[in-house]
Amino acid sequence: MYEFELVKPASLAEAIEALKAEEAQPLGGGQTLIPTLKQRLAQPGSLVSLAGIPELVGVEVKGKVVNIKGATPHARVAELTASAFPALAAMADNIGDPAVRHRGTIGGSLANNDPAACYPAAALACGATLVLTGPEGAREIVADDYFQGMFATDLGEGEIVTEIRFPIPEASNYQKFVQPASRFAMVGVFVAKYADGVRVAVTGASEEGVFRWTEAETALTADFSPAALESLSVPAEGMMGDIHASPEYRAHLVGVMTRRAVAAS
Amino acid sequence: MPTISMTVNGKPVSAEAEGRTLLVQFLRETLGLTGTHVGCDTSQCGACVVHVDGQSVKACTMFAGEAEGADVTTIEGLAPGEGELHPIQEAFRDNHGLQCGFCTPGMVMTAADLLKRNASPTEAEIREYLEGNLCRCTGYQNIVKAIQDAAGRMAAE
Repeated sequence: MYEFELVKPASLAEAIEALKAEEAQPLGGGQTLIPTLKQRLAQPGSLVSLAGIPELVGVEVKGKVVNIKGATPHARVAELTASAFPALAAMADNIGDPAVRHRGTIGGSLANNDPAACYPAAALACGATLVLTGPEGAREIVADDYFQGMFATDLGEGEIVTEIRFPIPEASNYQKFVQPASRFAMVGVFVAKYADGVRVAVTGASEEGVFRWTEAETALTADFSPAALESLSVPAEGMMGDIHASPEYRAHLVGVMTRRAVAAS
Repeated sequence: MPTISMTVNGKPVSAEAEGRTLLVQFLRETLGLTGTHVGCDTSQCGACVVHVDGQSVKACTMFAGEAEGADVTTIEGLAPGEGELHPIQEAFRDNHGLQCGFCTPGMVMTAADLLKRNASPTEAEIREYLEGNLCRCTGYQNIVKAIQDAAGRMAAE
């Protein structure tokens, strides 16, 4: 690891201030960033730890919306959304392993936007609203505009993900085909059914990162059953290929995982 | 260098450490508590699992500075007293839950975390909770058996 200063602000305001420093970078739970630092793939001047800031942790259910604060660890999300939004709780409870879930945060995952991470699929499928806070104050952005390709988001300089607002679906499910070594999604599909239509978001598959499978959404809005997807498939072109799965296999898994998610919703 | 203070195995400790010092380094090199092992250093193997404020974490994937003010328990702090073993440690010994022993501190600490949340886990629940702990000797059979045995012993206490 290169040398850096670890800054521990006591409040969100202090964190935003600390992030104004040159080469400062926010540190969520560190479950991705710390391994990255060890490989010397990042060289921050200072790391601003968000984990200990009380106002950034917690879950609030307001009517048909679940609001999750950005520095809430996966294990807490799983625990606190279990009754209001069980599909999200189950997804959070299946990220990484228990020790990782005790540290890794929802905001960190969404800020990093790993193409195989679980949370981006949930946020996109639910049309979640993200609250980003930075030196100019707080702003809201919908998930469709926030995700901008692999590891790319609308987050600006000095901004952090402070809250995520999930509209609770009428029916929903997340199915993950687990990459057995990393526990990331080889392919993960989140299906969310709302009064005005069904949304389907896919992670782990595309070279462009998380995406919506709109053909499946149209078919499922007309008929919310696995049978509605029988004739549909996604092209292998643009899918990721590696030693774990070819683009063709990933494309195939998108169909399988979507049908399973609908069946389990 | 900043001074970091925390409670380790019930005792307050304080020492200087750089910002980038990992919790596992602080425990092993600064405090001399070498029971917590560094296996992979890439967050995969779980040999470095300790409890921070009652929750299992990988000490190689947390900075010592992040544990400022926290209550940390390592494998050295698990047993009730000198010369005694914790029931999970006894169960590992009696069920041959270890061979080379390198992964054992992490396995025991993860098992302790599990049994605190779920006093009588099923075999499947145990295997799932050990997802982040790798053992290259035992094939896990006897580790799972040891944890089942430990659950029984702790329930009987």
